[in-house]
Amino acid sequence: METILVLAHTENDGSLAKSAREALHAAAALHKSLAGSKLIVGVIGENIQSAANSIAASPATKYFGVTGAEFSQSRYATDAVAAEAIFKAAQATIIVAPATSRWARVLPGVAQRLGGRADTHVTGVAAADGKISVSRWYYRQRMEGALTRTQRPWILGIDPGSQTTCNCGPGTAVIEMVPVNLTDASKRTTVVGIREPKADAQTIRPDAQLLFVTGAGWTKKQADGQTHLPEAEKLILDFLKKSRASLGSSKSLVDIGGEGQAVLPFLSHLNQIGQTGATPRHAKGLSTCCHGEEPHTVGWRFIGERRAINLDPNCGWARGKADVLYVADAFKIMAKVNELLAGAGKT
Amino acid sequence: MSTAYQIVVCGSIVPDPLQTLEPVASPTGPALKNEMMLPAVLDPWAGHALYEAANLAKNQPGSKVWLVSLGPKAKLQQVMMTVAQKVPFELVALDGSASGFTDATETAAALADAIAAIPGLDKSKLLVFGGWESASRGAGATMQMVGERLGIVDQFQGVDQLTVNADGSLEILERIEGGKHQVSKCASAPALLGWATGNLPEPKNNPQVGMVNMRTVMPALQKAKPTKLAGEGLSFASVALPKQLRETQIVKDKSPDDIAKDIVEWIKK
Repeated sequence: METILVLAHTENDGSLAKSAREALHAAAALHKSLAGSKLIVGVIGENIQSAANSIAASPATKYFGVTGAEFSQSRYATDAVAAEAIFKAAQATIIVAPATSRWARVLPGVAQRLGGRADTHVTGVAAADGKISVSRWYYRQRMEGALTRTQRPWILGIDPGSQTTCNCGPGTAVIEMVPVNLTDASKRTTVVGIREPKADAQTIRPDAQLLFVTGAGWTKKQADGQTHLPEAEKLILDFLKKSRASLGSSKSLVDIGGEGQAVLPFLSHLNQIGQTGATPRHAKGLSTCCHGEEPHTVGWRFIGERRAINLDPNCGWARGKADVLYVADAFKIMAKVNELLAGAGKT
Repeated sequence: MSTAYQIVVCGSIVPDPLQTLEPVASPTGPALKNEMMLPAVLDPWAGHALYEAANLAKNQPGSKVWLVSLGPKAKLQQVMMTVAQKVPFELVALDGSASGFTDATETAAALADAIAAIPGLDKSKLLVFGGWESASRGAGATMQMVGERLGIVDQFQGVDQLTVNADGSLEILERIEGGKHQVSKCASAPALLGWATGNLPEPKNNPQVGMVNMRTVMPALQKAKPTKLAGEGLSFASVALPKQLRETQIVKDKSPDDIAKDIVEWIKK
């Protein structure tokens, strides 16, 4: 009989992130399909009552918590101690957690500590005949595997955005607090802050409907034999402002800076999509001045509708990677798109 | 205050990203078609970790870099011919599978044992580096398990920057959600850092560095310990390529006005 523990942490404001509700949804579905299983929730944070209350109508029968100022920090040493304590209190066999940066940092280490196993980037969890299987991607989203394990505890890190959120409303959760002893050794690291671009300069928007990808073509010589970087910068930033899209980039474009060439200053490796970049989830994606080669397009695995603008009708996008390829000059197209979006904004 | 670090980088090999990959069933579980024939490269994020390690060692006199690599010996040798020309390091080779279908726990055990066996290892100076995810298994789990096995609880993942402060403390930038970095301060080594891209370009090949490295690379490969990753308790029901091919509509003869209108309508839909 499996005991399923959903492990969540609070956000800075004490709430639960959407990804935690997704993990809870996956765990609740698993619980439903495993006869005799138990569903338990564990929450870690400085104050956790309101977070637990927000999901009190979930099918979970018990809530455990670890609280205190030290757990406001996203820090390996203290998070590992807290997760381990909750696991032991819950006597869990399966641990389902959102693969946030905080849990992704620590939960594989916790699996090691507990003598269990961890699988990350899980996109599906199912059970049949009492046997649990998970699906995840290999070789940077190039192939999908379904696997099962005999070892317990088994920690599953659910990829944010891969599940629907649980439809469990608020109530009053009775939380059993689990005491933990922190040694000085677990406080050698201190989180001193968050570094982020100013609000109006933030180009990475995980919740955006549209991913807008820029390729190295924006920095290359155009038909007049000249580069047009200031114009490219204006067109891209105008589009982002008007469309509220999230900005992605090909590796070649963000690498240009390191090679001493002129660059688009608002791009960094954080924007990079593909083999050595991110694999974001958006409903739509528009690629511009990018050839759509495999190492880049593996990062588009979870983009729903895909369109591309490229001067080359034989580029990678034409080979079944985009739904629509516009063979055209992105400078001209995006200028017109911005005009239309500006016009629409006035009406 | 300058600290001489012992920097151990964990990094293996992966198929060249430009290659077409196809899964096949093998007696030991899933594998890649013609796996041993595929050209291989150093795992990209592990590569960034190696370049950051070399840069740190250059700036912290007395520091030394090891590269601990688990992969088929013959393929490791091929890749090391190039990698050894990039930056100075001493190779510790383990002869085993570099497949993405191996188990992170078993890989971590092999790597941790190899690190612990490095002669003269001083944990108070130890920094364990690696990629935060491989381009094969992509688990983002192996490094944490290596750290646990070595008793290192100051761990950081998705690292883009490491600064050694004047007092010997380490300031680390880790990627978090929404294009942000978390800034942490760690009192001192030992620490484990799973690198993302970092800030350094790939170093150019330097034959002189290659000559020096090869003095230790070849003997390390010759004495590479056979490492069996059994995949105990793990079984795959399926591994398949996605049905990804789309019917691409190629629009060639429309005016910029019409294309722009089409795109705006699509965005708003």
